[in-house]
Amino acid sequence: MKWSRRFVERIIEGLFTLSGGVTSLIILLVVLFLFREGAGLFTSPSLEKGYTLCVHASNLTGEIDAREVKRIFDGEITRWEEVGAGEMTGEIDVFHASELPRVEDEAVMPRVLEEIVGGRRGIIAFLPDEFLPAGESVVKRLAAGRVTPGDFFAGDEWQPTVSPAPRLGVLPLVTGTLLVSFFAIILALVPGLGVAIYLAELAGSRARGWLKPAIELLAGIPSVVYGFFGLVVLVPFIQEVFDLPVGESALAGSVVLAIMALPTIITIAEDAIRGVPRALREASLALGATRWQTIYRVVIPRASSGITAAAVLGIGRAVGETMAVLMVTGNAAVMPRSLFEPVRTIPATIAAELGEAPSGGTHYRALFLLGCILFAITMVINLSAEFIATRGQGKGEGA
Amino acid sequence: MNKKLKQSIAFATFRLLGFLVVGVLFYILGFIVYNGAGVISWEFLTASPEEGMSAGGIFPAIVGTLCLVAGSVAIAFPVGVMSGIYIHEYLRNKWVARVIRVMTNNLGGIPSIVFGLFGMALFVQAFGFGDSILAGSFTLALLALPLVIRTTEEALKAIPGSYRAGSYALGAGKLQTIFRVTLPVAMPNILTGLILSVGRVSGETAPILFTVAAYFLPRLPSGIFDQVMALPYHLYVIATSGTDIEASRPMAYGTALVLVAIVLVMNLLATATRLRLGKKTKMD
Repeated sequence: MKWSRRFVERIIEGLFTLSGGVTSLIILLVVLFLFREGAGLFTSPSLEKGYTLCVHASNLTGEIDAREVKRIFDGEITRWEEVGAGEMTGEIDVFHASELPRVEDEAVMPRVLEEIVGGRRGIIAFLPDEFLPAGESVVKRLAAGRVTPGDFFAGDEWQPTVSPAPRLGVLPLVTGTLLVSFFAIILALVPGLGVAIYLAELAGSRARGWLKPAIELLAGIPSVVYGFFGLVVLVPFIQEVFDLPVGESALAGSVVLAIMALPTIITIAEDAIRGVPRALREASLALGATRWQTIYRVVIPRASSGITAAAVLGIGRAVGETMAVLMVTGNAAVMPRSLFEPVRTIPATIAAELGEAPSGGTHYRALFLLGCILFAITMVINLSAEFIATRGQGKGEGA
Repeated sequence: MNKKLKQSIAFATFRLLGFLVVGVLFYILGFIVYNGAGVISWEFLTASPEEGMSAGGIFPAIVGTLCLVAGSVAIAFPVGVMSGIYIHEYLRNKWVARVIRVMTNNLGGIPSIVFGLFGMALFVQAFGFGDSILAGSFTLALLALPLVIRTTEEALKAIPGSYRAGSYALGAGKLQTIFRVTLPVAMPNILTGLILSVGRVSGETAPILFTVAAYFLPRLPSGIFDQVMALPYHLYVIATSGTDIEASRPMAYGTALVLVAIVLVMNLLATATRLRLGKKTKMD
């Protein structure tokens, strides 16, 4: 009897221990899965999945990188001399799979391809794998380039569905995310801090009693509701006031994010201000300082690490916010030049494009790598906020 | 006098800011309520969407959200509470405790879209759940978990050591103490965490985009491997990509109001639970 009870107790305690490690396990799994899919990007072909670039068999050009492929198909490069090491000369004759004739019987496709390529010596053809002729043929496959880290991290074009060579450069997205988030914090910091000071130092217990729950409520409203509000109120407003062609802009995103970041900033900053020991305040007041002088000369400097942590966590919140931003920023994946233009952030890109990206393809993996970047950014932000906050506490003990 | 004047100006500014922020809150709430109230009717709540989602109701989305909330809470609550118990009652190694705390905080700080990606890679694909209530519930549970753990921990922390000491003195073991003394006393605060996570989970869109949400599915789910519509995703769809955005605006206002109402009710409920049950346990 007693023995079996001990056994059951052991099992329950084992469950407790397992659950204790569950958050660490989840984070580990997140890292594992995200990075496994994301790292696959650099072994993926830079061409659209299921297609190959082909040239005439007499063409000796070795490899063409993704950027050149795009420029060739855009008509920016027109002569073979401009690519490779000059093995080939003459006009480039571009052929895209979409120009293929319709055939009744798909079995004849390889022959059709041979005819097309065989008749045009300067051709560069973008063809579906399944129809390429097997064995010796006049159709020569070009080695498919891989997506390089340089292309990805330093590329300034994000055009993941362009055929034949999608461009996967994250710079416009990273810039967009940072622009929108930082401006949001600039907008939110002063009011947030003001409210925190008011709540911690000035508000009577009655005012505090209903202001605090109201602010917590502000944090509870779903982001998609903020996005909807931004879409129907803020976007038209911004369009009118600044006389813009479209109201969906970085500015709209920043304002919505600022409203959403306010509760985070207020709550953490208020905690920091309240955490300042009473003795410090009393000493300052006893020296004849007014309450305001005490606040900005004694309390705020003392709470500065907590306030910094509040701002940092606010940025973290803003960087990862998806739906609201997706709905109000207009989502143009170009390098942002001003606050009044549409921009696209990393989370919005993932949300908008993952549904259409074929599983396991280059685009899909690129989106996972974006997820990794986002994860890394927020992880760094959270850890540094934690570091800043605890360092502040350490100082407190010493004083 | 000068510094007195500075003080009054500064304080007036802060007071103004405080009310401004609350003003923004009430403006947003008021705007949603004002535009949405006219749409809410029995039919809106109990009918399926019709005519390209510009008429009819949002019943399937409400049911879908309920399923997801129930599923995710059923997963996150037990695990979270057990985790909180372990961290507060068992963990003595300071270093491990710190690591776990940092990890829990970080899990809470991970953007919801990253959970969406992860849920898709793990639950939908690796586990083979497909786009289903099950996959969506697990993904949402990840979001609720840190909230439940933190509130459990706080609740246990608030219990005076004398309660435990008293229980031990009567000859109770550690587990008996936890189940008979600590947990019952901490329950009101733990429940608050549960209710708050319901509010959080019901409004999340990004994690369900690729794990469960259906664009348009005017029937009720028949099992846990079914896709469902969900309120937040439905709002996103009709606000941005419906067939006729202008015509579906009223539907969008109505959906937004229902969502906000759920969050409001959950918040009020959490506060009420804390007060009510807190009083009762004190009287016992």
